[in-house]
Amino acid sequence: MTISRRNFLILGAVTATAFAMPPFISLKAYAASLEQPAMSKITLQVNGKPRELEVDTRTTLLDALRENLHLTGTKKGCDHGQCGACTVIADGRRINSCLTLAVMHDGSEVTTIEGLGMPDKLHPMQAAFIKHDGYQCGYCTPGQICSAVAVLKEIRDGIPSHVSPSLTEPPQLIAAELQERMSGNICRCGAYSNIIEAITEVAEVPA
Amino acid sequence: MRAFNYTRADSPAAASQAAQVEGAKFIAGGTNLLDLMKLDIETPAHLIDVNHLGLDQIEATPEGGLRIGALVRNTDLAADARVRKDYALLSRALLAGASGQLRNMATTAGNLLQRTRCPYFYDTHQACNKRNPGSGCSAIGGVTRQLAVIGVSDACIATHPSDMAIAMRALDAQIETVRPDGSTRSIPMADLHQLPGNTPHIETSLMPGEFITAVTLPAPVGGTHIYHKVRDRSSYAFALVSVGLILQEDGTGRVAVGGIAPKPWRVEAAEALLPKGAKAVSERLLEGATPTDDNHFKLTLVERTLASVLAQARETA
Ligand SMILES: Cc1cc2nc3c(=O)[nH]c(=O)nc-3n(C[C@H](O)[C@H](O)[C@H](O)COP(=O)(O)OP(=O)(O)OC[C@H]3O[C@@H](n4cnc5c(N)ncnc54)[C@H](O)[C@@H]3O)c2cc1C
Ligand code: SF4
Ligand code: FES
Ligand code: FES
Repeated sequence: MTISRRNFLILGAVTATAFAMPPFISLKAYAASLEQPAMSKITLQVNGKPRELEVDTRTTLLDALRENLHLTGTKKGCDHGQCGACTVIADGRRINSCLTLAVMHDGSEVTTIEGLGMPDKLHPMQAAFIKHDGYQCGYCTPGQICSAVAVLKEIRDGIPSHVSPSLTEPPQLIAAELQERMSGNICRCGAYSNIIEAITEVAEVPA
Repeated sequence: MRAFNYTRADSPAAASQAAQVEGAKFIAGGTNLLDLMKLDIETPAHLIDVNHLGLDQIEATPEGGLRIGALVRNTDLAADARVRKDYALLSRALLAGASGQLRNMATTAGNLLQRTRCPYFYDTHQACNKRNPGSGCSAIGGVTRQLAVIGVSDACIATHPSDMAIAMRALDAQIETVRPDGSTRSIPMADLHQLPGNTPHIETSLMPGEFITAVTLPAPVGGTHIYHKVRDRSSYAFALVSVGLILQEDGTGRVAVGGIAPKPWRVEAAEALLPKGAKAVSERLLEGATPTDDNHFKLTLVERTLASVLAQARETA
């Protein structure tokens, strides 16, 4: 029998829980949890292609993209919705792929950084990030770019933000709006000002 | 994360019935539940996905109000033209919370039922009466800058962290539910969240398996709507104090405050003092407060935030 690294990790985790019960978890809740992982077959439409996969129900969309489909452009920063590195576009909207389950997206269309553009055919937002030096280490960048593409659509669709002065007039394409809307994408390298310049350049070209 | 079965419910009644099973939980946006499951704070054995029930519509009610489906995303609720025009407080409170990505997933019911951000609740190595009843409260005597100053007990001093709930409370929203036996009821927003008392693990008046189908808003009350959130960074952070205000031209109005209590804090006798100014209102609103050395500042912050919001409302009116 060949054991893949992934299977080994799952087996390892299951065995470990049998011995060590984390402190302060009620016995009832512990007893209620399943002993065997539950598997589920799903189809995701990823970057325009249907992909069938069988996942443990616990698999997040982020892990399904990275570990099952080997689309490692999408990054795992915090795994708790706090950094935005895992941002992808699902059914037309940017979301944190770490806080949603792959099984919840059975039948969904997902666009990752790989689907926006590749080195030989860059998306305008990718090209603008390169031109304006919108990164240093690059770890947050795929999430920043997916988010930025969706932000411009949200402004065009008239969705207001915390800094929009009026709720009844359409939001403006100004730096303050971009900064607020990009606040869910943290950059440890602090490339923020160049990121805003890159987005502004793309925003000025009519869609 | 613990293993679990996953099913998609096909009707609200079926969802409620399925949720009677020991260890079952609804999953909506998943942004709070999955976060807690990764930390073994929530350990459901059965997840019931309620995203495909068609509860994502906002409809006008015969009474002139709005009926908001439980699965309407926070982004869509904040952007709805009727909400922006007649319930601006709700749009503003939603837009002040979380991030664009999270609001795209987060739902109306899930937002109301999100759990506290008490750091000791999040750390499974600490005693916490909310997470493990009877184990004690590590926050009391610990670092309490973020925690509640009123409505607390000796068992728990956690806040309810939702911004949206503050607006729903000020707007007198009603929570519509269906129970496992198929019966329905409507719960006033004021009664949805419970104070901790000796049972901080019981956070709402919902019965086991009870499923929220919608939140209804009464007809618009007019006035100037302002939501002001004070936090440690200018975006993407929970409130230290937040004030939701609806001010009428005659100087009367409504006030609900966030970041200070286990539920949206609104005291009708306090808002009756609005014509007398922020000091009178906040003194009455905070009567009986038991702050710690760490969070005593919230008492002053409530008064000052309210004063600033009142000045802003008079300017814009
Ligand atoms: C980094 C971060 C920052 C955040 N900042 C803020 C902030 O500043 N302000 C703020 O208000 N919030 C903030 N949030 C919290 C966010 O608003 C909530 O996580 C979200 O609203 C929960 O909605 P959901 O649909 O994802 O709920 P879920 O996670 O799906 O569910 C939450 C709970 O509600 C129950 N539930 C869901 N739907 C129903 C239903 N119809 N009937 C009965 N029970 C139901 C679930 O069983 C679960 O117990 C933040 C979250 C994160 C991760
Ligand atoms: S304040 Fe409440 S949530 Fe926080 S540790 Fe104490 S019991 Fe737990
Ligand atoms: S990895 Fe998803 S938000 Fe940080
Ligand atoms: S470029 Fe390094 S974290 Fe943003």
